Amino acid sequence: MSDRGMFGVTGSGDTSGFGGLVKPEVITASTQRPFGSYFDQVADDLERAYPLFSDAVEKVVVDRGELTLFIKRDRLFEVAKILRNDLKFEMCVGVNGVHYPTESNRELHVIYSLLSITRNQRIRLEVCVSDKDPHIPSLVEVWAGTNWHERETYDMFGIIFDNHPGLTRIMMPDDWPGHPQRKDYPLGGIDIEYKGATVPAPSERRSYQ
Amino acid sequence: MTTFTDPYASSQETTEGRVYSVTGGDWDSLVTEIGATKEERVVVNMGPQHPSTHGVLRLILELEGETITETRCGIGYLHTGIEKNTEYRNWTQGVTFVTRMDYLSPIFNETAYCLGVEKLLGITGDITERATVIRVMMMEFNRISSHMVALGTGALELGALSPMIFAFREREKVLDVFEMVSGLRMNMAYVRPGGVAQDLPEGALSKIRQTVKDLRHNFKDNAKLLIGNSIWIKRTQGIGYLDLAGCTTLGITGPVLRSTGLAWDLRKAQPYCGYENYEFDIPTTDTCDVYGRFLIRMQELEQSLRIIEQCVTKLEKLEGQAVMVADKKIAWPSQLSIGADGMGNSLNHIREIMGESMEALIHHFKLVTEGFRVPAGQVYTAIESPRGELGVNLVSDGGTRPYRVHFRDPSFNNLQSTAAMCEGGQVADVIAAVASIDPVMGGVDR
Repeated sequence: MSDRGMFGVTGSGDTSGFGGLVKPEVITASTQRPFGSYFDQVADDLERAYPLFSDAVEKVVVDRGELTLFIKRDRLFEVAKILRNDLKFEMCVGVNGVHYPTESNRELHVIYSLLSITRNQRIRLEVCVSDKDPHIPSLVEVWAGTNWHERETYDMFGIIFDNHPGLTRIMMPDDWPGHPQRKDYPLGGIDIEYKGATVPAPSERRSYQ
Repeated sequence: MTTFTDPYASSQETTEGRVYSVTGGDWDSLVTEIGATKEERVVVNMGPQHPSTHGVLRLILELEGETITETRCGIGYLHTGIEKNTEYRNWTQGVTFVTRMDYLSPIFNETAYCLGVEKLLGITGDITERATVIRVMMMEFNRISSHMVALGTGALELGALSPMIFAFREREKVLDVFEMVSGLRMNMAYVRPGGVAQDLPEGALSKIRQTVKDLRHNFKDNAKLLIGNSIWIKRTQGIGYLDLAGCTTLGITGPVLRSTGLAWDLRKAQPYCGYENYEFDIPTTDTCDVYGRFLIRMQELEQSLRIIEQCVTKLEKLEGQAVMVADKKIAWPSQLSIGADGMGNSLNHIREIMGESMEALIHHFKLVTEGFRVPAGQVYTAIESPRGELGVNLVSDGGTRPYRVHFRDPSFNNLQSTAAMCEGGQVADVIAAVASIDPVMGGVDR
């Protein structure tokens, strides 16, 4: 998104202060230690249990009191197993995807939210893959509950989870073309007609942003 | 043997052998024909339009006699693309969408979403105590109304009509409270980023106190009907078994998890909205079955009433406090009031923005047309909905609209346990097991 003032105005048009809000940087760099809270402990435990830690973890991001570990795709399965067996993250509460078309070769992100009841802690794993090669190892063997979540992510983003027991669409009809949650997939909708006037579909409407 | 063609019962050769499809017609003629084959595997398609599947859920059951050998769920019939839609509306409008996901617990959807937006904005600490207490009170009322549907329809599906009548009578009382507070009985869009849409109307607390009293009295009716009822116990005890190991690997939360004896409730374990300041218990059972889940829901009703009573006491002391965050760049500007021609902006607010304050007019215009900007980042917030962990994953790119809204709906996740609960059991027990998961298809499919 490019920086714009109110309704696209640049310069002195905006007096309210809204358009002049400073947009904070998206945190892309790895957070340095100490991470704070229980995050150091999680990182330490993982490093101890998994010697290839520095190779598997691309970066660690601590933002708004939440820990995200960016994991390399090839190491994801191993890391997940260690997290479940040794670090007692018993539950993977959900999987979801985000499409960032502007990040070249890392367009598709998959996010795993993990919960440990034993430790009463939460962490998040994030895996980035490219649009051209959207393969990620399935974690159904580690947490059976990721089954439907991975199917949903496949359905919505077209990310292929290798070794999934039955990777089929779950929300959309089986013969549906495209993956609706991708950013290049239009929202669509039907123009609304009322007394001769037409209101365009939501994604076609004039918008102030 | 004579061959005949029945237009409703066609058969075809497949790699698995001869397959008969039955969509109606005469069962007897089919039985005659099937009698010739050795194997008797019957695949029954139950739903999506079926009174006992708890909504538009399609169950594909493979049977050997009355025993189920395989269960699969077909979902997606209620997929409405809410997550996609929110990306084309501003952050405040998102509330109106997400409230329609799990339509039996709208306040939870709204609160989880708003907690996420507030975390992204970094204003979690600025939400006034009055707004938070109102949120808690509405959530607990919502838990009651949701559990009432779970109990009522669950009993109805097993053939018990009277509990449904009582449950919906109680739910009606709760919906009256919702209507009084928010103007709507369902899908209220009442909780907004920064607080709640409106303060409680005059006389609300006394009405709420009366409702709590009535509910506590009336809950006894259903308790008397079902707890210890020998038919009910026969239909539910030992049915839909799922133990702790099964729950953790499948990511199951809520009453199903608590029926394994683990007192895991996010309100206690990872408190939000100040739940650490309330006194309440977490009911558990260790039976891992449908009856245990039923008992848990019954006991949670009383715990919710306890929390509501504490909310009322707190709200009395917080009379007059604002219900929206003070930051004028975020707070929704309009103050609604009810006039002769329906609900609209209050005259005082219109007088202020049109005649007195240019700044207020700008704020109103900007917030309504454009919305506020939310700093870029990603958050996950989870709350304990009546069905388990309701998680919201929000991604902002720094704009006025969400970049990605994802709901981790407990119904969606918990429905995965259907196979584990049903296989090896009887057809009739599928109904009991699914009812005990209490899936709401609006939340499953979103």
